[in-house]
Parts: sequence; structure tokens; C-alpha cells
Amino acid sequence: MRTSLRAAHPYRLAAGLAAVSVLAAACGSSGGSSGTSGNNTSGNTASAPGVTATTITLGATEPLTGPAAPGYSEIAPASTAVFKYVNAHGGIDGRTIKYIVENDQYDPSITATKTRELILQDNVFALFDPLGTPTDLAVQPFVNSEKVPQLFIASGCACWSQPQKYPWSFGWQTNYIIEGKILGQYIKANYAGKKVGYLYQNDEFGQDGVKGLDMQVPAASVVSRQTYDTTTLSAGLGNQMAALKAAGAQVVAMYTIPAATALAMLAAAEIGYHPQYVISNVGADPPTVTKLLSSFSKGKAGGNLLEGAITAGYLPSESNYGNAWVSDFRKIWKKYDAGEPWDGNTEYGMAVAYTMVNLLRAAGRNLTRQGLVKTLEAKGATFTGPGLVPFSYSKTDHYGYQGMQIGKETGGGITLSGPVHVTTNNGPIKTYSGSPASPPAGFGS
Amino acid sequence: MNGDPQRSAGLAARSPRLPRQPLARHLTLAVAAGIVLFFITAGLGSYGNFQVSQIAVYAIAVAGLTLLTGGNGQISLGHGALMAVGAYTTALLIARTHTPVWVTILAGGAAAAVLGLIIGLAAARLRGPYLAGVTLALALALPEVAVKYSGVFGGEQGITVPPLTAPGSLSAERWLAWVCLIAALAVMVLLANLNRSRFGRAFRAVRDDEIAASLAGVNVPRTQILAFVVSSACAGLAGALYGFGTGIVNPGEFTIGLSISLLAGMVIGGAGSLAGAWWGALVLVLVPQWSTSFSNSLNLPSGVASNLALIIYGAVLIVVMILAPAGIQGGVRRLLGLPRLPAARVPVLGRWQAARSRDRAQAEGSRVGSADHIP
Amino acid sequence: MGRFTDLTLNGITYGMIYAAVALGLVLIWRATRIINFAQGGMAMLTTYVAVTLIGNHIGYWIAFVIALVAGLVFGAAVERVIIRPVEGKPPVNAVIVTLGLLILVEAVAGAIWGGGDRSFPAYFSETGLRAGGRQIAFSPFDIFVLSAVVLMLLALAVLFQHTHTGLRMRAAAFAPEVARLLGVRVGRILTLGWALAALAGSLAGLLVAPKVLLYPNNMDTVLVFAFTAAIIGGLDSPLGALVGGLVTGLALSYVGGYLGSSLETVGALVILLVVLMARPEGLFTRSRPRRV
Repeated sequence: MRTSLRAAHPYRLAAGLAAVSVLAAACGSSGGSSGTSGNNTSGNTASAPGVTATTITLGATEPLTGPAAPGYSEIAPASTAVFKYVNAHGGIDGRTIKYIVENDQYDPSITATKTRELILQDNVFALFDPLGTPTDLAVQPFVNSEKVPQLFIASGCACWSQPQKYPWSFGWQTNYIIEGKILGQYIKANYAGKKVGYLYQNDEFGQDGVKGLDMQVPAASVVSRQTYDTTTLSAGLGNQMAALKAAGAQVVAMYTIPAATALAMLAAAEIGYHPQYVISNVGADPPTVTKLLSSFSKGKAGGNLLEGAITAGYLPSESNYGNAWVSDFRKIWKKYDAGEPWDGNTEYGMAVAYTMVNLLRAAGRNLTRQGLVKTLEAKGATFTGPGLVPFSYSKTDHYGYQGMQIGKETGGGITLSGPVHVTTNNGPIKTYSGSPASPPAGFGS
Repeated sequence: MNGDPQRSAGLAARSPRLPRQPLARHLTLAVAAGIVLFFITAGLGSYGNFQVSQIAVYAIAVAGLTLLTGGNGQISLGHGALMAVGAYTTALLIARTHTPVWVTILAGGAAAAVLGLIIGLAAARLRGPYLAGVTLALALALPEVAVKYSGVFGGEQGITVPPLTAPGSLSAERWLAWVCLIAALAVMVLLANLNRSRFGRAFRAVRDDEIAASLAGVNVPRTQILAFVVSSACAGLAGALYGFGTGIVNPGEFTIGLSISLLAGMVIGGAGSLAGAWWGALVLVLVPQWSTSFSNSLNLPSGVASNLALIIYGAVLIVVMILAPAGIQGGVRRLLGLPRLPAARVPVLGRWQAARSRDRAQAEGSRVGSADHIP
Repeated sequence: MGRFTDLTLNGITYGMIYAAVALGLVLIWRATRIINFAQGGMAMLTTYVAVTLIGNHIGYWIAFVIALVAGLVFGAAVERVIIRPVEGKPPVNAVIVTLGLLILVEAVAGAIWGGGDRSFPAYFSETGLRAGGRQIAFSPFDIFVLSAVVLMLLALAVLFQHTHTGLRMRAAAFAPEVARLLGVRVGRILTLGWALAALAGSLAGLLVAPKVLLYPNNMDTVLVFAFTAAIIGGLDSPLGALVGGLVTGLALSYVGGYLGSSLETVGALVILLVVLMARPEGLFTRSRPRRV
């Protein structure tokens, strides 16, 4: 999305300045696009654990195997691709970024071990994009007591912004309560008078989403609330969809992971139930879900079951190849990450890595953990990126994005349209009228 | 099990400085081990101490399991769930009340013992795979209860457990390692004494031949239940300490995989042996880590790399079971020239089955039956 | 009433799948007195073989048959190489070996095909049929599931009761030494037993994959419920596997439908305890230890 000539807005100005400074930094330290990094490391010292004159080491725990892995295992390679790109273009002040990803199989006891390994043995500079809510909650006290930044946690839990208690922890993605509110507002406005049912995962992901939905959807409209657990997902969601159908729900709001989205739609189609679906961003990624539904579309119900479903996003739709950020990221993907599919997970991994790069550059040559965190609090709100809304980082707010735009599943992708909404956990929903920044010129090539 | 009178007598004869009285002997060994371990933890860094605490916790759980399965012949696939009971009890007490920490740890063990009593009573008549089936179902059902009643148990997210406050300027990891080691050594002493007592003899008698044992006056159901209770208490205690190491107690930590790992650790270390429990604990903590570094160093594509550790783990389990079923401790005993322990036989369906497997084994030429003699 | 019908039909369909896996467990138990915890994992692997073939434009039925044959071969190979050394040893060794095999199989599947979910095509429509003016939770595909399992059960029954091989298998299971004396090659019979059990498992895997998607761990819960079914029916009895499968499937469906899906496993545990407290050897076991 190109910046248009509208009335000047503080975010746009700051965005423009930040983009220029990033561009200047990129130009300054790369010496053109030839050769590899390393020619500007003078003045670098080993200023912190995980930082040497020539390297920065980041770490993360992610579920690379096991039931939680599908989809999420694409994120680390995507982030690594961005780092490889940056390394090949001069790195960060001549330092190359190294990213160690440990497999915790979504089991917090393994997370505890691996996180200690990363911090106490591998001496990582910071944790970047560790994934999961219970997994990151488990190590949050330890990481904070070790004074290691726990950055851009890959979880929409509304619990990562506690600057007093856990000053080293930061979120990044729009949290589930806010998303629920925005989806709920859409339901209230567009499906007034219709009966609404919920299907949600029985953990903080689903429960937070429902909290947000309930703030907007009139309680009288909600005729059925169905839950599921990831452990019994393999038995299918037939019971839940049958119950929703029996209650007469014409709109079904789903806080589901992609596999559950697919299973729910399959089960509903089997009993001839076709409500209007409103799905959380987490479970709505078209490539992931349609792949799971592909076999069914040969059946009598016909067509793509996902078509027409409503969802929301805080990044440009990954199927929107015309978007400048998407097209630049896809260039990097083709060169450094071609083994992985291009979908929402890959776009997410690249976008969050881009923020990390911004942060490292902004923190200057003399990298310290304390400095990193202070820089994020001071300047994070000015970082540009593909996000549709600006970041909220400040001394008192450790949330990243706090807004979303509604989208519709069409033709195998998501088309975002309408106003962009911003809000906080408890505040009113406002419209964001700034326009997103463009990527720096030449980015991705 | 380690309570063999002739073996211990042999040991005492070899090392005249060890007291002959079992309790004193066990305490002396424990104290000596404690001193050695103290110096080890002093020398290790934070991460090493963290691993020591994990090893100690697994040793407690596996020791309980080995008493039940190796010593008493009851296969349990549910010890992960019993650990969960201990962990949740401790976590809830810490989160909701002001109970002193050491009391909450003991309460964890006690709660698991109560559940063990209930299971023992319900399953007293079950043998072999039927008991295994019930414990398997328990291992799966219990975490779901935690999810269903999420108001109490914190649901899938679980309950966070604050780390133990270390006294003075001691590092948190070192303090945790000491607490876990002291607990482990205390449990070892208690279990070793139990094995040497008439209860231990009753366990083994029922394991080897249930009908003969009952004819000899052993109250079989009571023996089975006692074994289950003691074993569960150990698992609960281990679970309580486990929570401090992980920082959170949630259903995702107590999957069926944990129960399977405990069983695997028991068998690889050497079923029926307390030393085997320590070997098993070492394997459970160190092998996954080694296999991960090994697969990382080979720089494989991500799909293969993320599964290689598990491939290695599965293959190791199979190979060890086929080639060295007496486990590590069996190998150690052979190296040290110590007499072999009677094979930890786990009779499945009573006398009929034991006879069948003996016949079959003799027909196939192996030597299971001949391990009857006590050297 | 409609809900009850849907839950019942759903329970029967899933119950037949559990019965198929349980039958495999029973066959192996009768032959070698071992619980094969890798039963589900082996089935998952052959299902991946099928989906790869279908993806390479091999016809659905050919891929189906190849997967079943692959199951036969895999089962035979596992018995010969991995299980033979631990037969006759303490049963807990075999438990560990099969668990190690399960871990191995799931990790290999993940390494080859990735951990992501895949859809597995169902040759027949999965849309519920119309009956009595409403759509019921029973589709042509569900009919196929029932028919396939029943067919397999009948085929195995004929094999056991009316063929020489079946007679040899029953003799080898009941009294191996006597059978050996009479010239039965017990070792080969055991291998055949495992091969047939793996065949049953493969069929179950192919039937369940369209319903629950295909990923390396997709058979884990199926195995547990099949184990429950086998225990309820009595590990010695193939008929018990069928009955136990239906009981388990129906009970879980009702519990999940009326009490919530998170209580399904609790439901299984309760049923298991109730049945076993009344009959500790399962409902249909023939051999019972003599009480002295």
C-alpha cells in the first residue's frame, strides 16, 4: 500500500522518518549490495552476553514437532530467512544475526529446560519470538529474573504487558481480546437480530477471544457456546456442530486453530449446516485450511467451504501479492525460505523478524540487554513495518499491535476491507485513519 | 530388588566399614552420596545444577515405579498422572493458601498416595495388561479433568509456580538441586528399608508367584495396594518438585508421553533396582539433550532435524530392550562381577501364564526360566 | 430424538473403527501375549503411503490395496525383527519395545512428510444421508466404513474357523509346544498373526483418516480407545473386540454429546473400571485363572 497524500498525521511523519533512518542505516552499513557483511565492524565490542564484535545471538523455543507444530514450524525458518537477508546486506552494524531455535513440543517442562539451555549455556542476547502461552508463562519469571529480554512473544494472550512485574517481556501480535472485540463489533453491526453461536478452544486463546466477543455481541443473541480441547480434537467436532445447528445459530464465531476450523466445517457440512462463519485470524489462514478441506470439495456440498467466512488481520493479507510488503517478503522467501509454503505463518515470521531488525538497528552499536529494552519502550511506537496499525510500545505498555481490519475469505485468499480499528483491552473501539508505511526502497532484492 | 539378604551380606563382607544393620547401612550410603553430590553441585554451573534437579526428580518417580513394576509386578502406565496430582496439589496450595513450601511438597506426595489407594482398591483384582489399560486411561483422563474444571485447575494454561526462594546468595538452581537431591536420597533410604522389610519380601513373593504367596499367608490384595500407595506417593513427591523446576503446572506437561518415559527410564536403567532408577533418570534427562545437539550438528533440513532426536530416542529404546533387557544396572553388575539379580519377572495372568512363558522360553532356548536360582 | 440418533450413528461408525484396531490388538495378544502399543502408529504410516500414492495420481482403490499390503508386510517385518527377541521375556520389555516403535514410527512420518495436517480423500461422499426428512449423521462413507470392517471380521472368522492355517493359528496360540510337536511352524504362525493384525490396523487407519485428518499423531487417541475396547471385550476374544469397540464408540459418543467432549476420556475410564470390576478379565475371555 503506497502512502497517499493525505493530511499529515503524526504516525505517518514518524513512520516516514523511521523508514528513512532504516534505509540510511541499511545503505550506510552495506556498502552497496555487493559482498557479504563484516566490513564495518570497527567500534563493535562484546558488549553483552550473546553479542560479539561480529555476531548477535538470539534464541527461541518453538513447537517443531507434535500436535501443535503444524503451521507454527514455518515461523522460525521465515524469521531466519529475513535474518539471512540482513546478514547478506551488511548485517546490523556489521554483526550477523544468529538465531537458535529449540524444539519444546509445546510442553512447558521442555520449554523450561530449553530456555535455561539458551540463556545459561548458549548465552543468547535475547529471546526472540518464543511461541506459546503456557510455555512462555512458565519461563517468564525465570527469564525476567535473569534480566533477559523476552521479545515479541508469539502468543495473543492478553498477559504479556505487565511492565511493573515483568519488565523484560513484550508482546507483538494483536491479542485475542482485542480481536474478539473487533470481530464482535462486526457481528453486532452486520448480523443484528441473528442468532449467534460460539465454537472455541477451551484455553486462554478461546476464552480471551470470547471475552472480547461478549463485550460487543449482545448476550441475548448468543444461543450456544461450544468448546473443544486440542487433545480430543482427533475425535472430530461433530457433537459441537450438531449442538450449534440444534440451537439454530445462523452465525458461528470460531476461535479455532486451523485443524479445528477444518474439522468444524467438515462436520457441519456433513449434517447440512451452513452458517455464516466468523473466524479468528489464528484459524483462518486460507492455504492452511483449504488444504485440509480440499478433499471435501469434491463432495456434494461443493465449493470451498471457507468461502465467504469473515476474519480479521493486522498484517496485509498474504494473498495480496500486490502489496509492497508482501511482494518484498516473497522475494526474500523465494531466495532463502523456498522450502516452506508461503502462507500466513511465513508472512508472520518475516514481519516479526523485521521488527527485531528495526530494534537492533535502533539500539545502536553498543548493544546491551537493558539498552535493547529501553530502546523498544522509547522508540518502538515509531517502528514501521507491514502492520496495519502502529505499535503501542511505551514504558507502560508492552503490547505491540492493538488493532485489526476485517477481511473476507474470497477465492482462496483473504480480502481486507473497511476501516482499520484500534482499541485496548477495556477501552472503546476507534478507527485508525493513518495509512501504513511502505517498505524501504530496494528491500527484498 | 536391592533387599536381597545374601547380596547385601556379600556387600557388607566386601566393605567391612559398612554397618551390617540395614537402616544404618542405607543412611551411611545416603550421607556419603550426599556429600559427593554436594561437591558436584558446587562445581557445576547454573544449567548443570538445573539438570541435577531434574535428574533427582525423575529418580524419585522412577524409583517409585520400579518398586511397583519391578518389585511387585504391576505395570503402571499412569505414573505421569500421579505426578500431575502431586504437582497440582502443591501448586494450588502455594497459589491459594499460605502453607509453608515444604508442607506443600509433602502434601503433593500425600495426595498422590490417596489416589494410589483408590486405584489400588479399584484395581486390586486386575492383572497385567488389564491393569495397564486402566492406568493408561487414568493417565489420559486426569489431565482432561484439569481442563474441564478450569476454574479450579487453571485449564490448559495451568497454574504458575513461583521458584523456590534460595537462602542467602545461593543461586536458585543450586538451591533447587539441593532440595531435590535431599528429597531423592531420603526417598531412596526409605525405599531401600522397605525392600529389606517383610513388606518388600511380600511384594516380591506376590510378584513371583501369587498363589504360592497367598498360600504362605501373604495378604495379596493388601500387598498390592500398599505397593501402589508407596509408588504413588513417590510419584506425587516427584511431581511436586517437578513443578518448581518447570515454573508452571499444566496438562500439557503430564501427557501419556511422560508415563511412557518413566516406564522406559525404569527398564533402561534396570527394573527392580534403585540404582537402576538413577541410571534411568540420567537417561531421561541426558539422552534427549544429546540427540538434539547431535541432530543440530548435522545441519539437516528442518523437517528431519526436528524429528531426528525422537527417531534416535525410539531406536535407542528398541535396541536397548532387545540387546540389554536387564538395563544399565544389569550391565554394571556384570562388569563389577556381582551376582545377577533374579530377573524382574512380571507375571501376566497368574500361574498359567508364567508356566506358558517358561515352557516357551525353554523351547526357544533362552534362559529366562533358569534365573530362578538366587545366587 | 434426532440428536440421539445422530450420536448413536456417530458412535457406531467410530466404534467400528475402534473395533478394527482392537481386533489387531487381540490378534497379537492371542499370538504373542504382547500389547502392541505401536498398532495405531503402524496404521498411520501405511495411511501416509496411501496418501502419497494418491497424490502421485495412482487410483484410490489401488492405493488402498497397496496400503493394506504394506501393512501386512510391515507387521510381519516388525514381528520378525523387533518382537521375536523379546517374546518370552518379561512383558514389560515388550511394552517398551512397542512404545519405542511407536515413537520411532511417528518421528519417521514427521521427518518424511512433515508434521502438518493433511486431508485424506474419502472415496464416498461424507455428506449425511437424508432419512425421515432430515439429514442424519450417516453418510455413504460411513456405510463404507461399516461394510469394510464387517467384511474384514467375516474374512478373519472364516480364516480362523474354516481353514487349516486358521486351525494352526489357534493351536499355536492355545498350546504352542503341543502344536510344535505336531509339526506347526509356530514362529511363522506368529509372524502371520502380526501381519494380519497390522492389516486390520491399516484398514482402520485408512477409514479414520478422512474423518480426523492425517498427521503423525492422529492415531494416538484411536489407539487408546481401541485398547479400552479390547480390554472391555477381553483380550482373548475377537468377538469381544467387536463388542468392545461398539460399546466404547457409543459410550464415548453419548458422553461427548451430552456431557461435553472434554469428558470423553473420563467416560472411557469409568466404563473400563465398571466392566473390569465386574469381570476382571474382560467380558468375553475364555481362559480364566483358576482360583485356588
